[in-house]
Amino acid sequence: MLTPESLALIDQEIAKYPPEHKQSAVMSALRIAQQELGWLSKDTIEYVAAYLDMPAIAAYEVATFYNMYDLAPVGRHKITLCTNLPCQLQGADRIAERMQAKLGIGFNETTADGRYTLKEGECMGACGHGPLCLHNNHTLHTHLTPESVDKLLDDMA
Amino acid sequence: MSLNTPDSQVCLWTLAHDDPASLATYTANGGYQALRKILADKTPAEAIIAEVKTSALRGRGGAGFPTGLKWSFMPRSVPGPKYVVCNSDEGEPGTFKDRDILIYNPHQLIEGMIIAGYTLGATAGYNYIHGEIFEQYQSWERALAEARAAGFLGSDILGSGWDFELYAHHGYGAYICGEETALLESLEGKKGQPRFKPPFPASYGLYGRPTTINNTETLASIPWILRHGGQAFLELGKPNNGGSKIFSISGHVNKPGNYEIPLGTPFAELLEMAGGVRDGHRLKAVIPGGSSAPVLPADVMMDLTLDFDAIAKAGSMLGSGAVIVMDETVCMVRALERLSYFYFEESCGQCTPCREGTGWLYRIVHRIEQGKGRPEDLDELVRIGRNIGGNTICALGEAAVGPVISFVKHFRAEFEHHIEHKRCLVEN
Amino acid sequence: MPLIEIDGRKLDVAPGATVMDAANQAGIHIPHFCYHKKLSIAANCRMCLVEVEKVPKALPACATPVTDGMKVKTRSVKAIAAQKGVMEFLLINHPLDCPICDQGGECQLQDLAVGYGDSASHYREPKRVVKDKELGPLIATDMTRCIHCSRCVRFGQEIAGLMELGMPGRGEHTEVMPFLETQVTHELSGNVIELCPVGALTSKPFRYAARSWELSRRRAVSPHDGLGTNVQVHVKNGRVYRVVPQENEAINECWIADRDRYSYEALNGEERLTVPLLREGDAWVEASWQDALERVAAGLARVLENRGADAIGGLVSAHQTLEEIYLFTKLLRGLGVEHIDHRLAQAGATVGAGARWLGMPVAALDDLQRVLLVGSTLRKEQPLVAQRLRKAVKRGAQLNVVHSVDDDLLCQVAGKAIVKPSALGDALARVAVALVEAGAPLATAATLAGVTPDDAARTIAASLLGGERKAVLLGAVAQNHADADRIHALAGAIATACGATLGFLTPAANGVGAQLAGALPGPAGMNATQMLAQPRAAYLLLGVEPELDAHDAAAAGTAMRNADFVVQLTAFRTAASDYADVLLPIAPFTETAGTYVNMEGRVQTFHAAVAPRGEARPAWKVLRVLGNLLNLGGFDHDSVEAVRAEVLPQGQDGIAAHLDNTSPADAGVPTAAGDGIERLGETPIYQLDPLTRRAPALQATADAAEPAAWLHGELLARLGLEAGGRVRVIQAGGEVVLPVKRDDRLAIDTVRIAASHPLTAALGARLGGIRLERA
Ligand SMILES: Cc1cc2nc3c(=O)[nH]c(=O)nc-3n(C[C@H](O)[C@H](O)[C@H](O)COP(=O)(O)O)c2cc1C
Ligand code: SF4
Ligand code: FES
Repeated sequence: MLTPESLALIDQEIAKYPPEHKQSAVMSALRIAQQELGWLSKDTIEYVAAYLDMPAIAAYEVATFYNMYDLAPVGRHKITLCTNLPCQLQGADRIAERMQAKLGIGFNETTADGRYTLKEGECMGACGHGPLCLHNNHTLHTHLTPESVDKLLDDMA
Repeated sequence: MSLNTPDSQVCLWTLAHDDPASLATYTANGGYQALRKILADKTPAEAIIAEVKTSALRGRGGAGFPTGLKWSFMPRSVPGPKYVVCNSDEGEPGTFKDRDILIYNPHQLIEGMIIAGYTLGATAGYNYIHGEIFEQYQSWERALAEARAAGFLGSDILGSGWDFELYAHHGYGAYICGEETALLESLEGKKGQPRFKPPFPASYGLYGRPTTINNTETLASIPWILRHGGQAFLELGKPNNGGSKIFSISGHVNKPGNYEIPLGTPFAELLEMAGGVRDGHRLKAVIPGGSSAPVLPADVMMDLTLDFDAIAKAGSMLGSGAVIVMDETVCMVRALERLSYFYFEESCGQCTPCREGTGWLYRIVHRIEQGKGRPEDLDELVRIGRNIGGNTICALGEAAVGPVISFVKHFRAEFEHHIEHKRCLVEN
Repeated sequence: MPLIEIDGRKLDVAPGATVMDAANQAGIHIPHFCYHKKLSIAANCRMCLVEVEKVPKALPACATPVTDGMKVKTRSVKAIAAQKGVMEFLLINHPLDCPICDQGGECQLQDLAVGYGDSASHYREPKRVVKDKELGPLIATDMTRCIHCSRCVRFGQEIAGLMELGMPGRGEHTEVMPFLETQVTHELSGNVIELCPVGALTSKPFRYAARSWELSRRRAVSPHDGLGTNVQVHVKNGRVYRVVPQENEAINECWIADRDRYSYEALNGEERLTVPLLREGDAWVEASWQDALERVAAGLARVLENRGADAIGGLVSAHQTLEEIYLFTKLLRGLGVEHIDHRLAQAGATVGAGARWLGMPVAALDDLQRVLLVGSTLRKEQPLVAQRLRKAVKRGAQLNVVHSVDDDLLCQVAGKAIVKPSALGDALARVAVALVEAGAPLATAATLAGVTPDDAARTIAASLLGGERKAVLLGAVAQNHADADRIHALAGAIATACGATLGFLTPAANGVGAQLAGALPGPAGMNATQMLAQPRAAYLLLGVEPELDAHDAAAAGTAMRNADFVVQLTAFRTAASDYADVLLPIAPFTETAGTYVNMEGRVQTFHAAVAPRGEARPAWKVLRVLGNLLNLGGFDHDSVEAVRAEVLPQGQDGIAAHLDNTSPADAGVPTAAGDGIERLGETPIYQLDPLTRRAPALQATADAAEPAAWLHGELLARLGLEAGGRVRVIQAGGEVVLPVKRDDRLAIDTVRIAASHPLTAALGARLGGIRLERA
């Protein structure tokens, strides 16, 4: 189900923990699987659970507990905008409006062409650089302005 | 800006250098010397703990617990695996200091964790890094590889005969994992649900083994303390509040950012360093220690110094040192609504008062914000808050209640206006 | 010992105890939901908050360790305020519709809300609604009622050993659910019904059938496996509505297996036989008891007269009561019949010096440190013994297995030898020799010359030599084996060599009782397998379904069909309708008084919970009348107690002297393992006895799936078969076509095909050679 590259990455994570605690690698393994497949289907979760010798339901608990896992397909570009208080004070609301207007979708929606999904996020630990958003979970874009948002979205292929 | 200079800085001094994160920059400026000396001298753990106690270093993760004392709880002679864990799950709204340590001074954290491992008798260490800062996770992994290559990690470190390994663990979006026992559960590959204490991590931690958990900034301060002496660290700050501390200032200031300044610095000075309140506006309120800290009105805040004791005396807390500044344009109902939503969203769901209470609080504040408040709502918020506070497994319950009670206390008129007039006092 | 004070009462408590433990010790009730004495501490419901002097916060009693000098107040203003606060939170999102909830009347939340709830709710916001989950045929859900105590999840993780339920989601979106809505299959799954303190998880077959306060509760003993599980039978208007656990720490603790819980459905089913039936040509006609019994007496007398007692066989089920089995045996012996047996599934049954038994108390299983499990599909044979052994493993015991399949026991297994059925004895011989190699004394060492141990045997031997408190336990496959005596002897030798106790896991509720009652062949008698292989002219059957119960189903079917005269005493219409001459309706366990002797030799008696259905009568009364009709003396017992006094004059005290696990055979005599493909034919968990076979909810579970031919992947490849296809299975002249499935945990050359099943009743020996052809 996963490529040898992904499995190699998962194996690297497993190696960090005592052999009898492979389950510790489940968060990374789910991240790596999601990175490859775009989202986490139940089949994927079951596969990861089996790979780590843990019950599927326990892996599913993890997948549903942490915000950054996607349990349904998302657009090619998932943009998670922090709307928490510090970012709100620094103008996150205007950024949200701009993004929604430009893409024609609300939070938790995906554009019809499957390119963009918008999500509302909680604090990303970078408040001084807000407003900010996370692109596909791993790339932070800071100091957003209504103008820079346009360009940012356009530049996402 | 005189205070925010490399000399007085424990953690962010590398920013004055060209290549702040590199091993070269770090070693050229005394990095890893403390570790070398400890290993060469075979310094007894007790001596190191005594030095940390002298420094009056208090935990930078929020609770301000004296680090030396915490370290003395670790049963280092218990056979079998023991762990040191670094809490880099910085997710408290307003806090963004640990990410800068991870990017700009990763080796000082690594050295701090190795020394902690040595002192605490640990066999391995994990650094739990907040989900949303994947780039920092990767860069810190690179720094680990450098340190490993340089012989600071692995077996027979620097020929001392002592073995120790460090690993990074990446979170994936759950504020609660900042709570130390939720972090341990998460590290074990489970939902991040806090454990009831006792037993404390020192006796029953990661995989049920003795474990010491400290914040990133706490651990990064250790090499400095051992190199310059606990007394020097203490003297950077004030009694019982040793050292400098990174303050993350955000919100309505001209220059939001991190400022590492001595504990005890007046808030007014920090505000000035941050360029003052947003142009043309007046200070209204400040949350001095991350979103969980009770809000303080401008006048109270302007008289305060930034240290654990002074802020506690004023009825709030220094917490993680996250200072959220609000000017007069802020609707306090709306601000509280957003914070209440955060705690509702982030409650792990395990224990009853928090799972049920945070939703209840948010829904009432939301209703008030929507102009559907009722006169009895404000007392009800306080009543519900009191039923949550103190009755939960972890401190998220209290954290959720702190803002509600303090906002209603200091800005009651604004809430009453919302209820009575079904609209905002500020935004109209 | 810490000295503490609770509500002003001074107490000496054990170190490490919690405040909850201390309160329980003092008989002080602290309200709680998530706490359960058999589960780990979660401290999540917060209902047990109490005040502890000098501590500012209220503390959860369930999780707070006592310290010397601690002063606890469970009913102080502060404690009550905290408890009331928690109760308010629990109720805001809980439906307040007790009158329509199935848990109404036995709901811990309802009970406590009366004491702690406010009369009117302050909560004005919308209530949460949670989608119900499909958990299969046994458990109904009403998930909006869930209070997140996590007991059901911890039960799976900690007691069942299989995490089938979890709590995905976060915060108030956390919901109890299985990973897929087909996955609650564990044989102990129904226990979550009692664990759930509210009406979120309830019994599906019982749903909306009755209210708890309308039901009378009668104690009984489960009629299924040999554990002797204590149950409560809940009845209303002469009908059994449900069966729930009766706590007995020494036997079943507070658990019961799903078959103990749901088999009652068969009692009320359409298949019950409620009038005596006589064959008239090809038809069955209803008859009076008098006529029916006269027909039986006359028929038996005729066979006796024409062909002698040797022409008669008596087969009795070990799920019948001690008294019934005893009178059955007494009657046949009175007629001079020696072919009597209750061990239908056993191919090589011999008569030992005494009754074979567990060899130790059931509760001692928890404390074992080393175990060798021989020929047992443990979870399906003995669900609660499996639970106890998992507990032992958790406490550090090493479990070793010699079997033909490496089924998941849901706990760690130290050493295992997985071999085809005919090689079980050889595998044990290798373990025995490995013990000798390791220096253990073995009485029969000389006769095992030539046996060389392999790694598996050495691993098992090394494990068995460590630790204290050990057992070698023989399961159904070992007992049913044609070579059972040799397996028994080898197991005994191994046990002696490593200082273990030898024990039998008796598959039926009254397996030990049947032996004590003497339901065994006489000196010149044949055992069950023999009397079916060499058909008799007449059979008297009590509670048995020979074509399902026998070791060789095909032979049993042939014997029955060819017999001149077959009488079946049965609670149900069975396949005997095809061959019997008289069907006598007898009362199942809920409708008669009686006794079971469980695997540890414990005598447990029970009363009838309800009156017999229709014309059905307790079998002991039927047999008494029959004895009189046949003019046999000594059939004038006026009560079940009188029968019991005859068979067990000293009651429990007399039992020990009759228990004996010594082997009649020599361990050394090797029987060559066959070289062909062999069948592993076990009784599926819900085919154990007439009740389980007819319980609709149990029959709808995954464990009751139609039989298939299960093969190791290697064997599949060798035979050119494919999983998912079908295969013709030929054995003893009979054949059936079955779906092919793959299971690499099977020994190679082993085909697992369920026995005791109508769809495989055409096949021969449970453990014997078998041929497969592409269908
Ligand atoms: C809800 C909650 C969130 C927390 N988040 C963090 C965090 O992000 N980083 C952190 O270091 N400590 C956090 N803490 C505090 C930790 O539990 C713990 O006290 C700290 O990591 C100890 O390190 P220190 O003694 O060095 O401060 C949090 C506590 C709670 C209750
Ligand atoms: S946590 Fe809860 S249930 Fe559990 S007993 Fe304690 S408080 Fe109770
Ligand atoms: S509040 Fe937005 S990143 Fe912290």
